[in-house]
Amino acid sequence: MLSKISFDENTMTVNFMGDIDHHSSRQIRGEVDKLILEKMPKHLIFDFKEVSFMDSSGIGLIMGRYKLINEYGGGLELLNVSPYLKKVMKIAGLESIVKISNAEQITTSQSEGLN
Amino acid sequence: MKTQNEMKLTFQSLSVNEGFARSAVASFISMLDPTVSEIADIKTAVSEAVTNCIVHAYRDSVGVIYIHTKILEDRRVLIKIRDRGCGIEDVEKAMEPLFTTQSENERSGLGFSVMQSFCDKVKVKSKLNKGTSVLLEKRLSQKEKIK
Ligand SMILES: Nc1ncnc2c1ncn2[C@@H]1O[C@H](COP(=O)(O)OP(=O)(O)OP(=O)(O)O)[C@@H](O)[C@H]1O
Ligand SMILES: [Mg+2]
Repeated sequence: MLSKISFDENTMTVNFMGDIDHHSSRQIRGEVDKLILEKMPKHLIFDFKEVSFMDSSGIGLIMGRYKLINEYGGGLELLNVSPYLKKVMKIAGLESIVKISNAEQITTSQSEGLN
Repeated sequence: MKTQNEMKLTFQSLSVNEGFARSAVASFISMLDPTVSEIADIKTAVSEAVTNCIVHAYRDSVGVIYIHTKILEDRRVLIKIRDRGCGIEDVEKAMEPLFTTQSENERSGLGFSVMQSFCDKVKVKSKLNKGTSVLLEKRLSQKEKIK
């Protein structure tokens, strides 16, 4: 799975692309964690706009990063979550732990960086 | 109920095959012209079962995974995913939400819950040191016949 990682002040955004499964999440996990520990971003955004598939390995990927960033008081937000992805996330009760935005809602932290 | 079509797949328990396995089943089912959401449900359930073979059944080894897919005349799809791996000691307990034997690898114990909510039926048979078989059943919605 390809993914793009970008930084804007204290926000780190990961744009996942393609399928999130056990195979691909293992690859991306190390890269994302390395950057989190290096930059300690206050806000972490996972953008699912280009994600076509996700199973419970994706839940593990999200929860693992949530725990990591939570340790130093950072926050996680999930962006562009399609109804299908939401169905998977609901099984894990993710909506009560992290902020999930459905459509193309742009958060304040992100829109600031778009100018 | 008569079988209308069937397909068998055998492949090695390598994580790179997860995408292949779910796509192969989905493309076989596509002859029934399922909805986008039915395809997504089946792909996700198959991915859970196949991943379990790779990460649990053949945890420290590479083995063979067997998939047998049947399409019945009433638009029921039966998918059996089988391994000859370590087996499950207590199937009932394994199927409980959040139960996992591998939390250290970021597994959340939700694979069976996902299979159950994305399929109509999930049946699991297992024998320690012999292997496990997971039968997924899903009935696709009726299509209007286009002549
Ligand atoms: N094919 C299998 N062979 C051996 N053990 C299995 C198999 N499938 C499942 N298990 C056992 O059942 C448990 C629950 O499986 P389940 O898929 O629900 O969760 P998980 O794989 O641990 O986590 P997740 O699927 O959320 O990543 C596993 O932790 C494992 O102990
Ligand atoms: Mg699993």
